Amino acid sequence: MLDVRSVTKRFGGLVAVSDVSLTVPEGSITGLIGPNGAGKTTLFTLISGFQVPTAGEVLFRGEDITGRAPERLAVMGIARTFQIVQPFAGLSVAENIAVGAYLRHAGRAEAMARAEAVAAMVGLADLDRPASSLTVAGRKRLELARALATEPQLLLLDEVLAGLNPSEIRDIIPVIRAIRDAGVTILMIEHVMQAVMSLCEHVHVLANGRLIAAGTPAEVVGNPAVVEAYLGHGAAGRLQKGAANG
Amino acid sequence: MKAYRSLLVVIAALAALPLAVPLLVGAGLFAGPNTFYNLMIFILIITLAAQGWNIAGGYGGQFSFGHAAFFGTGAYVQAVLQTRYGVNAWVALPLAALLGGLVGAAIGTLAFRARLRGSYFALVTLAFAEVFRILANATPITGGAAGTLVPLKIGLGQMQFASSTTFFYLALTFVAAVLLLNRALERSRFGAWLVAVRENEDAARALGVDTLKVKLKAITLSAAITAVAGALYTQKFLYIDANIAYGAWISVEALLAPIVGGIGTVLGPFIGAVALIGLGEAAKTAIHAVFGSAVPGVDLVVYGVLLIVVIAFAPRGLLGLFGKFDLFARFGIFGKRGGR
Amino acid sequence: MFRSYPPQIVLEAVLNGLLTGAVYALVALGLTLVYGVLHIINFAHGAMLTLAMFAVLVVHLGLGLDPYLAILPLTPLFFGIGYAMQRFVISPASRNDDGAILLVTLGLSIVLENLLLAIFRSDTRSLTLDYSFSVVDLGFALLSLPRVIGFGVAILVAAALWAILALTDTGKAIRAVAREKLGASLVGIDVNHIYAVTFGLGAATLAVAACLLMPSFYVNPRVGNAFVLVAFTVVVLGGMGSIPGALVGGLFIGVVESLCGLYLGESLGQIGIFLIFILVLLFRPTGLFGAKA
Ligand SMILES: Nc1ncnc2c1ncn2[C@@H]1O[C@H](COP(=O)(O)OP(=O)(O)O)[C@@H](O)[C@H]1O
Ligand SMILES: [Mg+2]
Repeated sequence: MLDVRSVTKRFGGLVAVSDVSLTVPEGSITGLIGPNGAGKTTLFTLISGFQVPTAGEVLFRGEDITGRAPERLAVMGIARTFQIVQPFAGLSVAENIAVGAYLRHAGRAEAMARAEAVAAMVGLADLDRPASSLTVAGRKRLELARALATEPQLLLLDEVLAGLNPSEIRDIIPVIRAIRDAGVTILMIEHVMQAVMSLCEHVHVLANGRLIAAGTPAEVVGNPAVVEAYLGHGAAGRLQKGAANG
Repeated sequence: MKAYRSLLVVIAALAALPLAVPLLVGAGLFAGPNTFYNLMIFILIITLAAQGWNIAGGYGGQFSFGHAAFFGTGAYVQAVLQTRYGVNAWVALPLAALLGGLVGAAIGTLAFRARLRGSYFALVTLAFAEVFRILANATPITGGAAGTLVPLKIGLGQMQFASSTTFFYLALTFVAAVLLLNRALERSRFGAWLVAVRENEDAARALGVDTLKVKLKAITLSAAITAVAGALYTQKFLYIDANIAYGAWISVEALLAPIVGGIGTVLGPFIGAVALIGLGEAAKTAIHAVFGSAVPGVDLVVYGVLLIVVIAFAPRGLLGLFGKFDLFARFGIFGKRGGR
Repeated sequence: MFRSYPPQIVLEAVLNGLLTGAVYALVALGLTLVYGVLHIINFAHGAMLTLAMFAVLVVHLGLGLDPYLAILPLTPLFFGIGYAMQRFVISPASRNDDGAILLVTLGLSIVLENLLLAIFRSDTRSLTLDYSFSVVDLGFALLSLPRVIGFGVAILVAAALWAILALTDTGKAIRAVAREKLGASLVGIDVNHIYAVTFGLGAATLAVAACLLMPSFYVNPRVGNAFVLVAFTVVVLGGMGSIPGALVGGLFIGVVESLCGLYLGESLGQIGIFLIFILVLLFRPTGLFGAKA
């Protein structure tokens, strides 16, 4: 469904993403992991059209979409969430989600109905309150709901579990699985290994802008190069713990 | 039609205002019916200009400091078409709106394509209004510095009325129409996208909102409405020059009224215009009583102070304060704050 | 369509443009300084200039003080006014929110301008000084003495401002806040104080500008607007926040205005400035003369 071919992104002297190629098969949940600053978010901005790659191309359903504007990609069926959540703070929760729903439903009644359905799916209640009053977990769900309301075929999730406590994470994992089961292909950036192990069929590992490993979660966690990449950041222990839980 | 009910109540109340005129005059609040109507008509014209500003500025978050460019275009088109080309006033009015809208689209295209926002957008709109003012002052077609005088010819066909009550209802019709349009906009996809652009452009784009297109539509509509206000001004006063039509005063009024009344709300521009112009007049009268003669600038001092006070103590405008009173909230008189 | 002029007249226009431009630069300095630090446009700048010009008028008519001597009391006075305005009005009223600051400064400009109108009425006034019409004869051009003095002092003030920013502790703190507000507050800099000092410096340069302008110019309650629109152009042209940019931009705009006046006539002459302003905003919003101060 998504085909990233030799994509590179430079910021001045810094190569944030270097010659990365990966594919996301239709109907899958694919993981993208790697230490902080590895270039994961940057890769998302390249796929979703917020930035243009320095080199390489991005294909969606076989069509070259490199450098296409985000709003056009959304129309084509690619939605993303932001690592740093970006709620429309002045709007209510329902209105936030409706902005996404309007993409496929021009009428207010249908868009609002759609927004309510999506809210129910991600477990958001009390839709009339201002988005600014949501907790961190609530904002993450809102971020997810808004993207989902655009009825995407491909959903790019950037650390939707970061900042949540273990019980909140446990609550949201089945939501993500349900989204996939409803027919949405997912590419997710995630630090919470427990979630990666339980959700992803396939995982790509990025470090210093390069892909250093790929495979099933279990394979990747056992890969010495991956452990190496994480070590400096003290994440090796977390990895092993994740493997034990998985 | 529940969403429109409260607006219809407000509109009906305004339409019934002439019934109260004898009372107001009797109470000594106004020297005579004409004083009242002239003030009301001025308030309505400013409201209309401010309603225009509120679409791009209030709902869309694009703060223009140069809506005079649109007001003036509407005013001049209305005047020049009649005096130079013999066009009927009723035909000129939609053309004034159209040309005003085109000017808005042109300025919007340039500014938004260059990705100007915040201070930069404010400055570039201000500069455009100044360019228009200088040009209007120097070109013969606008009458140059002498301005343009529309000949007095009372008649329905000329959109000139013997009674100010009639002009009051004409201005009210436009204001009421925009009130309803505004409510419809709040409840539309375009309205939701416009507010999303104001709140966070990146997030809006990720959700498929073509932010450039939305902003362009908004500034075009915004400019067209403000241009109608300019055209009405011409019809009311039958004289304009560059400093009236393209002067900074109207840019400021168009911006202040919604901010004082309640930015990004349907009734904000009207409430703000009433508060500003009403308090301004009251201050003028009070100063006159104290000093025995008129002191220029007093009303504007009040405007400035009101602006600062509102920003300091009521960032959501006077409507935001009213919203705190149960009574208004219960009857939904002022509606829900649009999109906020 | 353009008339052609003998080179001497064009040269004189260019020199006069440079003289005016120095004062534009001086007015723009305060604006660019405030933008560089607070990242907002101070819409009250023009009204503050008007206030300063009336102050010159009042101390001259009331106390017989020469405008150039008035620099000595008015500069610290306006520093204080600018400081207080930011500290006690703009900052509390706007809660340091960008959009709100913009509107509060707009409100202040409306209040100041119309208070001056209420007090002094709309009449245009000027000072009568025995040197008002003195000239400097360069052999190939005659220049007005007050404007030559204005040019010299404006350059000096720009240099002084630059020195304050580069060499003093307060200057360093201002630059730190301009670069990284949060970081500056973490190392113990009182950001609100620095904001107010910046506003004070901006107002102080306006006081000097007013003293330099009054011997050869007039004052009325709206006079500041004309200057501040030009100053906006200068600031945008020089790069928002750049002091050398403001200086070069001011001189450039002075020359452009002078030449436009020569070739297009008085009423259309101003349009050149606004067209430059719009073009720069649209196509080079970082300014023509790049580097930040
Ligand atoms: N717009 C940008 N300009 C300059 N550098 C950037 C930009 N965006 C990201 N970077 C740099 O690229 C690198 C990768 O960042 P990012 O993609 O956010 O990493 P991750 O999401 O894997 O933690 C970082 O060093 C970051 O500082
Ligand atoms: Mg990231």
